[in-house]
Amino acid sequence: METMGWLQGALGGVLIGLSATLLMGLLGRIAGISGILSGLIFERGGDRPWRLAFLLGLVSGPGLLMLSGLDWGNVAGDSGATVGAPASGLTTMLVAGLLVGLGTGLGSGCTSGHGVCGLARLSPRSVAATLVFVLVAMLTVFVARHMLEGSA
Amino acid sequence: MKALAGYLAGLLFGLGLAISGMTDPARVIGFLDVAGDWDSTLVFVLGGAVVTTFLGYRLVWRRSAPLLEPRFQLPTRSDLDARLLGGAALFGIGWGLSGYCPGPAVASLPGLSWPLTVFVVTLVAGWWLSRRLTPGA
Repeated sequence: METMGWLQGALGGVLIGLSATLLMGLLGRIAGISGILSGLIFERGGDRPWRLAFLLGLVSGPGLLMLSGLDWGNVAGDSGATVGAPASGLTTMLVAGLLVGLGTGLGSGCTSGHGVCGLARLSPRSVAATLVFVLVAMLTVFVARHMLEGSA
Repeated sequence: MKALAGYLAGLLFGLGLAISGMTDPARVIGFLDVAGDWDSTLVFVLGGAVVTTFLGYRLVWRRSAPLLEPRFQLPTRSDLDARLLGGAALFGIGWGLSGYCPGPAVASLPGLSWPLTVFVVTLVAGWWLSRRLTPGA
């Protein structure tokens, strides 16, 4: 059922694009998750209410699907699930979370801010950042899966 | 009204991540694993999102201002610097190790697990550290 997976991917992508369009059209802001959430936690001021509401919406999307029992998820190898199992253990996750936070903080954006909104704006900084994080992530997976695991 | 706009945008984003399968780290790592059994789903997600956002932005930018705020707030810089590229590289390592970027990690919280909890806590710690390392912020 690979075609169904692709269709769900594209449909989900369109919903993400509609979310970014809505945020720009109503509030004039970029739908960058790292900026919205780190701003919510570490900045004071008038942006806090909509950022908090965005966080609640972000969590309640998958949450409502799980509560309602709707089988709309696209987890590989488990058609009934909405959220997939974590790929690594606690130590790896501790390091990974720190790197993702530090990197998206210093690099001013993540997959949504640079990858979706930045590419759609044709921003040269976002194009460069997206190329770097995708290629480095591919290299990381190659080393972790095919060199370290393979030799162990 | 602004909070409602934020909630609706977040809800659409969360539904999009769940329906597309981006709340499954195995799919994301499957896309990044170009030397293995490659999973192309993320290409469709990013493609659908970028095309929709590209068209949507051009539509809403026909107005001189957003509906609920006085002006559009867009990044203006176009230069590349070490901070941007180094940050993107650090993020890439963490993304490859975990299969989580910030959106999918937070959207996966309804399916709470210990590894996810640890990831989100250290994600916030990383954001804090990046602000400490940013002069004038």
